[in-house]
Amino acid sequence: MSSSIAQTVKTVVSRYGGDATRLMDVLIDVQDELGCLSHVTTARIAHTLGVPQVDVEQTVSFYHFFAREPRGKFAVYLNDSVVAEFCGRGEVARAFEEAAGCRFGEVTADGVVGLFHTACIGMSDQEPAALVNGQVFPALTPDKARELVAGMRAGKTVEELKGGRTGDGQNAHPLVRALVHNHIRRRGVMVFDHYQPGEALRKVVAMSSGEVIGVVKAASVRGRGGAGFPTGMKWDFARRAAGDVKYVFCNADEGEPGTFKDRVILTERPQMVIEGMAIAAYAVGAQRGILYVRNEYRYLRSYLEHVLEDMRAQGLLGAAICGQSGFDFDVSLQFGAGAYVCGEESALIESAEGKRGEPRDRPPFPVEKGYLQKPTVVNNVETLCSAVQVMLKGAEWYNRLGTEKSKGTKVLCVSGDCDRPGIYEVEWGFSVNDILQEAGARDVQAVQVGGPSGSCIGPGEFGRVLAYEDLATGGSFIIIGQPRDLLKDVVLNFARFFREESCGSCVPCRALTGMAQVVLERVIAGRGTAEDVERLQSWQKIMRNNRCGLGQTALNPVVSTIRNFRPLYDARLAPGDPRFVPGFDLSAAVKDYEAAVSKG
Amino acid sequence: MTAKAPRARKIVATTSLAGCFGCHMSLLDIDERILDLIELVEFNKSPIDDIKTFTKECDIGLIEGGCCNDENVHVLTEFRRHCKTLVAFGECALMGGLPALRNFLPLKECLEEAYLNGPTVAGENPGRIIPHDPDIPKILNRVYPCHEVVKIDYFLPGCPPSADLIWDALVALVTGKELEPQYRTFKFD
Ligand SMILES: Cc1cc2nc3c(=O)[nH]c(=O)nc-3n(C[C@H](O)[C@H](O)[C@H](O)COP(=O)(O)O)c2cc1C
Ligand code: SF4
Ligand code: SF4
Repeated sequence: MSSSIAQTVKTVVSRYGGDATRLMDVLIDVQDELGCLSHVTTARIAHTLGVPQVDVEQTVSFYHFFAREPRGKFAVYLNDSVVAEFCGRGEVARAFEEAAGCRFGEVTADGVVGLFHTACIGMSDQEPAALVNGQVFPALTPDKARELVAGMRAGKTVEELKGGRTGDGQNAHPLVRALVHNHIRRRGVMVFDHYQPGEALRKVVAMSSGEVIGVVKAASVRGRGGAGFPTGMKWDFARRAAGDVKYVFCNADEGEPGTFKDRVILTERPQMVIEGMAIAAYAVGAQRGILYVRNEYRYLRSYLEHVLEDMRAQGLLGAAICGQSGFDFDVSLQFGAGAYVCGEESALIESAEGKRGEPRDRPPFPVEKGYLQKPTVVNNVETLCSAVQVMLKGAEWYNRLGTEKSKGTKVLCVSGDCDRPGIYEVEWGFSVNDILQEAGARDVQAVQVGGPSGSCIGPGEFGRVLAYEDLATGGSFIIIGQPRDLLKDVVLNFARFFREESCGSCVPCRALTGMAQVVLERVIAGRGTAEDVERLQSWQKIMRNNRCGLGQTALNPVVSTIRNFRPLYDARLAPGDPRFVPGFDLSAAVKDYEAAVSKG
Repeated sequence: MTAKAPRARKIVATTSLAGCFGCHMSLLDIDERILDLIELVEFNKSPIDDIKTFTKECDIGLIEGGCCNDENVHVLTEFRRHCKTLVAFGECALMGGLPALRNFLPLKECLEEAYLNGPTVAGENPGRIIPHDPDIPKILNRVYPCHEVVKIDYFLPGCPPSADLIWDALVALVTGKELEPQYRTFKFD
């Protein structure tokens, strides 16, 4: 073992106090320094932390961004989401391959460029986009791809590759300097309105924790992370749960393809999110908070650290917040390493504890036994923003917004075939048609509401409204134009996504995501039968028994398109006698034998 | 009043493709119930009565083994044509089973090992001939489970499926009553 490995591991491990629950941070930092996490390195990490090597191995092997071998001086992760494909990702990928001289999944012989696929990186309004050594390069073209590779070969740094440009708003902040754009098309009253950090918190500390929860309950704030759980109730459970220590998590994993609102909120309103965490902490009696951010947003790290530092300096975090003695709460950042399932709250907690991001069996729920088995509140970024505004402006104000059962606003992430993709903060109750019109979408074949785990609807349903009681959504709103091949360009892409992202714990999720892809490919290739389509549908019932939402919804793209776009399936079914499998070709199956004996 | 007409016996055909006949042994393992079975069904093409070709259209076809050569494919296709309901029984028919272990190797390597290079044949085949003749079946590139070749209506798992499961399934098919699988019939450890 080289002494540099031992030295690096020692330094990094001591940075995190030798605490094995900080394994994610240790791995991320060590990989930053050494370029990859070889078996020699993981053995050293295990030894230094005093844990079995297998514990380190299983965490490393779980996450997409952890590398066992070097991934090149420049590791290019090109997004392969549906919207990226719509925007010409295929040609960009080819340009990268030609310019670099290697295929995706490989590193060039000179070790300079590595090319890799990755799932949605939260840039659907500016695709095709890639991460290069953690920096975002949005709106790529084949020319830009060639230019980037030339720059890498010419010895430029990633900063130089960005060419001194930045995006709008805080993307231009000296600690961010990202090429990313916010594209805020419509500012609502909850998140993107005027905001003064600390105002809500000062009001809160004058109230009792029970009163704070009372206001959140009266406003019937519901979770914006997808499931729509009543926030006041969640806080109340955590407040009543027995525990000397309690935690507040902000879920900024944002892995649902087509979602990018949390990225924009963290860029433009980070104080508001953290203030929301502090309010939650006050309400439940928590001392520590963890802001779990997906690895794809690591370019925001220094900026977010700075915001936290700034809030400490203003007395909005730390000891005796807002001068209230006994109200001590601080927040630290935790980055993921590339795994959609980590957005599921119990997987998020596992991951923050340094483990594989596998969802836990529930109950017990995190509000009883969460992070380190202590009561833990997990809330989405946007939920916490709503909480801040509710505390500022009151439940009555909040209840005037939205519909009967869905109060407040929703930040939508509009992407796909339209003129104005981006962020739209609207009151609940807008119809799909309203959004299509504002976004400048014409000739729309379908809309995928709520991402792959949501549903795919056709024009007949565009009058439906966005609300928990009708079309619920975590924010993703993907517009699919007429010319698209819905099954091949959209449904199959989602099927691959789920197969890739299943954590593998539950047999139905692990096996049927794979089988669904195979059957779907067969149908798309014109070799499927009506029975294949029935079979795909029938699996939905089995999938409902999976442990977490990923497996429970993984067949939604297939099932909702069978329901709403059945003719697209029927048109592709193989002709002929359904008693025989259309794909089986006897003459092809004996070719190998004929070749072997003709030589023999 | 007329006497109740005796119920017409269902006609059953069976075959073993790329299997070891273990599944058929398990079928015979129903012991004295075989007498009841004869009351319920009449066998047509089957190794049990040695009828080699279909002489009637059948109600039920039982398939043991997957397809490893073109003859298996022809037989399976025949079964599909002549049987209203096709049942795959046993791991080999369902998944390819033991023979499918070769699926992880190219066919050429398997043939060379078997006929040219294996310890029992090395030097014994000076002409280095891999058998081929219009009269012998052609080996497929891999072993196929039955449902990848024809539509299979029902699957009975096990290696072999227990006699009770086969019996219960046959009775259900013959009587038209829904099969209620007994736990012990598909508990394999
Ligand atoms: C596979 C999967 C992925 C999820 N991803 C996210 C996510 O990225 N962000 C999020 O806030 N919630 C996500 N959730 C929902 C969380 O489990 C949890 O319900 C949510 O964070 C609670 O916060 P809320 O009540 O404020 O919505 C996901 C759930 C599943 C099953
Ligand atoms: S449903 Fe899928 S992702 Fe969720 S726990 Fe089970 S295997 Fe893992
Ligand atoms: S399933 Fe088992 S018993 Fe039946 S043919 Fe295959 S190996 Fe023989």
